[in-house]
Amino acid sequence: MKISAIVNQFKANFMEDGNGSLAAASPQTSDRLVLKEHILEIVSDSGEGAQKAGQSFGAVSAKMGNGVWTVEIIPADIQPPPRTKESASGIRIRFGSEKITNAGDEADVLVAFNEIVPYTRIEQNVYREGTIVLIENKWATDESRDIRQSYATAIEDFKSRGFVVYEIPMEEECLRLTPNPKKGKNMWVLGMLSHIYDRDLDKAAAQIEYTFRSKSKAVVDSNLQLLQAGYDWARENLSLRYRIPSIEASQELVVMNGNEALSFGIQAAGIELCSMYPITPATSTSHHLAECIQSSGGIIHQAEDEIAAVGFAIGASYAGKTSVTITSGPGLALKTEFLGLAVMAEVPLVVIDVQRGGPSTGLPTKVEQSDLLAVLYGQPGDSPKVVLAPSTIEECFHFVILARKIAESFRMPVILLSDANLATGVQPFPRPELREEWLSPPVDQSPWKEGVTAYDWDEKTGLSQRPVPGQAGGEYTLTGLAHSSAAKVTYLPEINQKTAALRSRKLATFGRTLKPPRIHGDEEGRLLIVGWGSTRGAIEEAVDRAREQGGRVSSLHLRFLSPMEPGLKDIFRRFDKVMTIEINYSDSPDDPMITPENRRYAQLAWLLRAQTLVDVDCFSNVHGQPLRPGKIFARIQKELNQ
Amino acid sequence: MFGIKQDFICELPKKYYTLSNYEKGVARWCPGCGDHAVLSAVQRLCREEQLPPEKTVFVSGIGCSSRFPHYMNTYGFHGLHGRAFPVACGVKFRRPDLNVFVITGDGDCCSIGAGAWIHAIRYNMNITTILFDNQIYGMTKKQTSPTSRIGTVSNTHPTGSVLPPVNPLQTSLGMANASFVAQTADWVPGHLFATLKAGYEHPGFAFIKVIMRCSKFMGPLVEEMTTNRDAVSILTHENGIQPDEGTLRAFKNHRAHDPSDINAARELAEDKEVSYLGLFFQDKEAMRYDLYGAHNLGFSPEEKISAVNAQLDKYAV
Ligand SMILES: Cc1ncc(C[n+]2csc(CCOP(=O)(O)OP(=O)(O)O)c2C)c(N)n1
Ligand code: SF4
Ligand SMILES: [Mg+2]
Repeated sequence: MKISAIVNQFKANFMEDGNGSLAAASPQTSDRLVLKEHILEIVSDSGEGAQKAGQSFGAVSAKMGNGVWTVEIIPADIQPPPRTKESASGIRIRFGSEKITNAGDEADVLVAFNEIVPYTRIEQNVYREGTIVLIENKWATDESRDIRQSYATAIEDFKSRGFVVYEIPMEEECLRLTPNPKKGKNMWVLGMLSHIYDRDLDKAAAQIEYTFRSKSKAVVDSNLQLLQAGYDWARENLSLRYRIPSIEASQELVVMNGNEALSFGIQAAGIELCSMYPITPATSTSHHLAECIQSSGGIIHQAEDEIAAVGFAIGASYAGKTSVTITSGPGLALKTEFLGLAVMAEVPLVVIDVQRGGPSTGLPTKVEQSDLLAVLYGQPGDSPKVVLAPSTIEECFHFVILARKIAESFRMPVILLSDANLATGVQPFPRPELREEWLSPPVDQSPWKEGVTAYDWDEKTGLSQRPVPGQAGGEYTLTGLAHSSAAKVTYLPEINQKTAALRSRKLATFGRTLKPPRIHGDEEGRLLIVGWGSTRGAIEEAVDRAREQGGRVSSLHLRFLSPMEPGLKDIFRRFDKVMTIEINYSDSPDDPMITPENRRYAQLAWLLRAQTLVDVDCFSNVHGQPLRPGKIFARIQKELNQ
Repeated sequence: MFGIKQDFICELPKKYYTLSNYEKGVARWCPGCGDHAVLSAVQRLCREEQLPPEKTVFVSGIGCSSRFPHYMNTYGFHGLHGRAFPVACGVKFRRPDLNVFVITGDGDCCSIGAGAWIHAIRYNMNITTILFDNQIYGMTKKQTSPTSRIGTVSNTHPTGSVLPPVNPLQTSLGMANASFVAQTADWVPGHLFATLKAGYEHPGFAFIKVIMRCSKFMGPLVEEMTTNRDAVSILTHENGIQPDEGTLRAFKNHRAHDPSDINAARELAEDKEVSYLGLFFQDKEAMRYDLYGAHNLGFSPEEKISAVNAQLDKYAV
């Protein structure tokens, strides 16, 4: 492998012992503190590459067999001024001996490139007493008095918060190797962290090679040198030495974020057209697709707006190529009228909504789960459709394949609700074994069966087969107006009633194929937590923690929201209390003006209350942050102690 | 037969389509509505071009005119108000084998659908668009349209409309990548047919504005348009539309215009006194987005799977 050649080369240059392998150069693990897991954050000014360092660190850890969840810290502005809170850009990596399903609670270690950027995160309470802060120390001797002062004040403040501060000469050390340390500091940091956590340096080098694959050899080499330098510096100067045992995975794994998983799902489903308009946090799916969908026989259309994007997808679906459109809240709002048409005219369609904070432009980069009611009830008139919510990154992949199948079999739009948390979270999962049956079948061009209408509804199931342009004898005019089975416009009362019922019946038919949801924990108890979407990992972790302390709490996670998985009422009856945990708005019972009668509940809670007539409570917020297991745990404890 | 060799036997189409193969039901437009004339002309065009009904799709928006697909015995898509263009483009993008037409009204196209319209011009897919411009909202009963002349009395402007109208020809000619812009009138059947035919045969997005009669709500205007032949001039050129002798005789005003000259086309489109019937502009070489859309069709399942696997390799741990 040529990576090892390069590694050998810089090894000869920078290590006294030019013969030993890199692994041999790493210190004995016996003097290391063995941990079950750690949460690490790297925060820098936008553009300093903290994310790149963190992604590489996460990938290396996954390759070493650790469970990993990484999530990016994204600045809100495009060009925030440096050394400001707005400029904070970075990454959180939670990694451990076992599978990691969420971003976790307070960080154990923070690497900061200056003293200002951590404050964005401090305001979000993501550090605790004892959090180790490894901070660039060049600001202590900066020529500006203000900066020196600011640095000194912050360091004092960090200490008073109980952080354990290590001041690190990052830039000074990098300057030994490169005249422009701003560009390479992140790789030096990766080297430093690799020593602290006993990462496999060969794997880190391979990762750098991959990250900079489109760059010149000089760039790659310089980054590899910085990696080694950071590693060596930590070995000589830092006493922090951890070990997080891992088991080399028996299965082949892939590691990606939820949006990339969606992109892979689209291709594995054989969907040949993605029609979209850019919107955060959905766009990165399209970026990934744009890079590779042409190689798998598909294409991306960037439309002039979201209305045109969904119209284009519906046109292609009508012509036999079931298509996908990807969006987020504001775009979903624009697609509303076309969604109603797809329901009414029974056009298969896959809609992916990567939810963000709303209403309106809201919190573009932040997580919220607040489009559930909008997708269900956002269209005027009755508009039954299937709604799925993946709860893991792996499900982001598989649910697209499922969604296309449902859309085609049931001749209706299927909406997939992901969110910013899944979109940016990176997690390894077993590499899917692609199957031919996942791909959409070729467009049927055989003559249409004589005597069969365009909507030859089966009375029992509501299902019908659709003619596709090119099928001789199947000619019909699709319309969004009320229509008969022959697709003729009609306003006859009985026909409208009947066709509405048939469209609704399809949902019931599909619902009959679903199994009751699996309960995490005991089948009965004091408290049942119900969640949906990206919160699953955090909820189950909190439930496990409470159960370890004897709490009689269980949870269930709904992945089908329309129709809902069956048996909920029976399950709910077995618990003293049922409460949803969601990331969307609900009135708190003790808010001013709020009574049990006028309280507005979180979105799933509304649905469950209506569906089961159980007095389902909710715990939700719109902080724009992923829910932390610690917060959920505290809430569970509060409920159980009542 | 003597002397006729095997390879001289030409393959006859399996079926010869007659007008009745394209007709469906009774059109429910008002008597005297211009839409009837366009329907007949389009059915004639389909027969003349022998378009297989199953390979032909009429996409429309909402309005009187947008009911059109229901009266064609082909595939049709009667969708949303203002949104025929994205649907039609979506149909065509991955199905190059289909003949796609867009039927739209002046409100449908130039008001609610304006954004989609100008982008459809730019996409320049091989689609024939017929704008039924009756200068009024017919379906919803006489509201001002973006193409209504100043002073048009309508239910939304009982004392006369106040804004200058949109000029769809001018707008089309101003849009990047425009490739075919023509105007005709519903009551000049020979010219109407010749224009539709030229539009259908154009390799790209043919935008045909048809000056329409709304007999129900625009009686006086219809009267004026159909009787004052001096207000009409026929564009002539060897590369233009070749109407029948009857049209050329009935309309005395002719104007020579080279459809490759976009500046002259824009000047003609701006003329407020005279309505020119004919081909304003054509560029057969303009970039076609439908060719891009169809460039990688027909992958086998193996090819798809191996491409995705190759991508997955990069994410393998
Ligand atoms: C979103 C939406 N807004 C408004 C309408 C009501 N509407 C139906 S047709 C129409 C105007 C049609 O006028 P035009 O496009 O000129 O067609 P015409 O009836 O004149 O042929 C309107 C406003 C609608 N159907 N949908
Ligand atoms: S209202 Fe006008 S446009 Fe509509 S059908 Fe009647 S005449 Fe034609
Ligand atoms: Mg009109």
